[in-house]
Amino acid sequence: MQDQERKMKAAAKRLFDDQKVDVVVGFRKGSLPNSSRPYFARSAADAEHLVWNGFCTANLAAFLPKLFEKPARPKDGYKPPRIAVIAKGCDGRSVSGLIKENQVPRSNLIVIGVPCHGMVTSNKGAKAKKEEVARACQECVSPTVKDADITIDGEGRKPAKTAYARVKAFAGKSSEERWKAFVKEISKCIRCNACREACPNCYCKTCFADQRKPSWVSPANELSETIVFHMGRMFHQAGRCVECDACVNACPMGIDLRLFTQKLAQDALDLFGSTPGIAGDEVPMLNTFAQDDSQCFITDPEEK
Amino acid sequence: MTKSTEIREPTVVAFLCNWCSYAGADLAGVSRLQYPANVRVIRVPCSGRVDPLYIIKALQEGADGVLVSGCHPGDCHYISGNLVARRKFAMLKSFMEYLGIEPERVQFSWVSASEGGRFASLIEKVVKDVRGLTTSKKIAREERTAANVW
Repeated sequence: MQDQERKMKAAAKRLFDDQKVDVVVGFRKGSLPNSSRPYFARSAADAEHLVWNGFCTANLAAFLPKLFEKPARPKDGYKPPRIAVIAKGCDGRSVSGLIKENQVPRSNLIVIGVPCHGMVTSNKGAKAKKEEVARACQECVSPTVKDADITIDGEGRKPAKTAYARVKAFAGKSSEERWKAFVKEISKCIRCNACREACPNCYCKTCFADQRKPSWVSPANELSETIVFHMGRMFHQAGRCVECDACVNACPMGIDLRLFTQKLAQDALDLFGSTPGIAGDEVPMLNTFAQDDSQCFITDPEEK
Repeated sequence: MTKSTEIREPTVVAFLCNWCSYAGADLAGVSRLQYPANVRVIRVPCSGRVDPLYIIKALQEGADGVLVSGCHPGDCHYISGNLVARRKFAMLKSFMEYLGIEPERVQFSWVSASEGGRFASLIEKVVKDVRGLTTSKKIAREERTAANVW
């Protein structure tokens, strides 16, 4: 990992020296021990601060739509910034999703792919555990970035096979048990919106949860509102979620959002054969259709 | 305020597409077909217009069931609105079921403008399904009573 960090710094410096980028999005040492935080290096001197270790859990793709956002009144001759991003496997998947959704111009982006060893679970929430490789990383199917512009060499984790064992176990419970478990998990929520802020897919300028006319989610401290927020936010990830667990890591209450978002990923794969950010589909899964899509869920009143 | 001993009539919110299902409902009415009066129709331009949030919100606001109906695949006024919707609904139905919402509560169907009879029997089926649910409503807000309104 030290070796990777050295090579990554060198690559970032070279980009600045060659004047190829304005910003490198990466990680620097966090203010607490055993932590790293996102960092925007804007010069070769800044690039010296970049780090690479087991605590680089955040999904850096989440910053890109904001960085590429065109100002309301652009100056004459405005050019979008040239940005390089340090990407793990999951960041890379998110980046390719954002490119597909026209949030990030590919021509102005340099992806520095770092083969990922798996990140350590964050010590937050009610259940602070010992350091171990995060569940998202244990179940990761693509620890290396496939279409990186610069690849830092080194061994990454071995890709896991998609199994969705927890999803299948949860689906095996009765409907009432599942609802109780879901509500129990969601009732921990304090509606801080950290899951939304950390998610690379949540780039809407006005989130449905913040909209007031019409008001989809009231700010009232009611369980029903929290459920609507989470159902809405999670379903917006349908066919887009790359299972990076940025939301899980961001959650101060330790809500197990993964159990639910994984279902969407499983359905995307089972129903439409789509693995967001990996399979070479040019259009996001829910923006398209096939003539022979499954109809088994349709109610037919004449059916006996 | 309803007492728990009273038998409450279920309410089903139906999102019907303007071009087929709404016309189908119209035909059922013009043909004087009988179907349960528990359905509340909301006309939408296309089944593709139905945002999953509408469905979640209808359940939150107290609907016992939600039905979304559009043109048969291939008949969409906007060529492919219902085909795109089909994918979205397949994901939504599966996801809601996974979270523990009974599959009978959220239903999807196709009804064309000439199928008044099909519309009537569809409503009958959906209302019967919803009536058959023994579990309480999900997502719905707590009913406002003197005790919890301040």
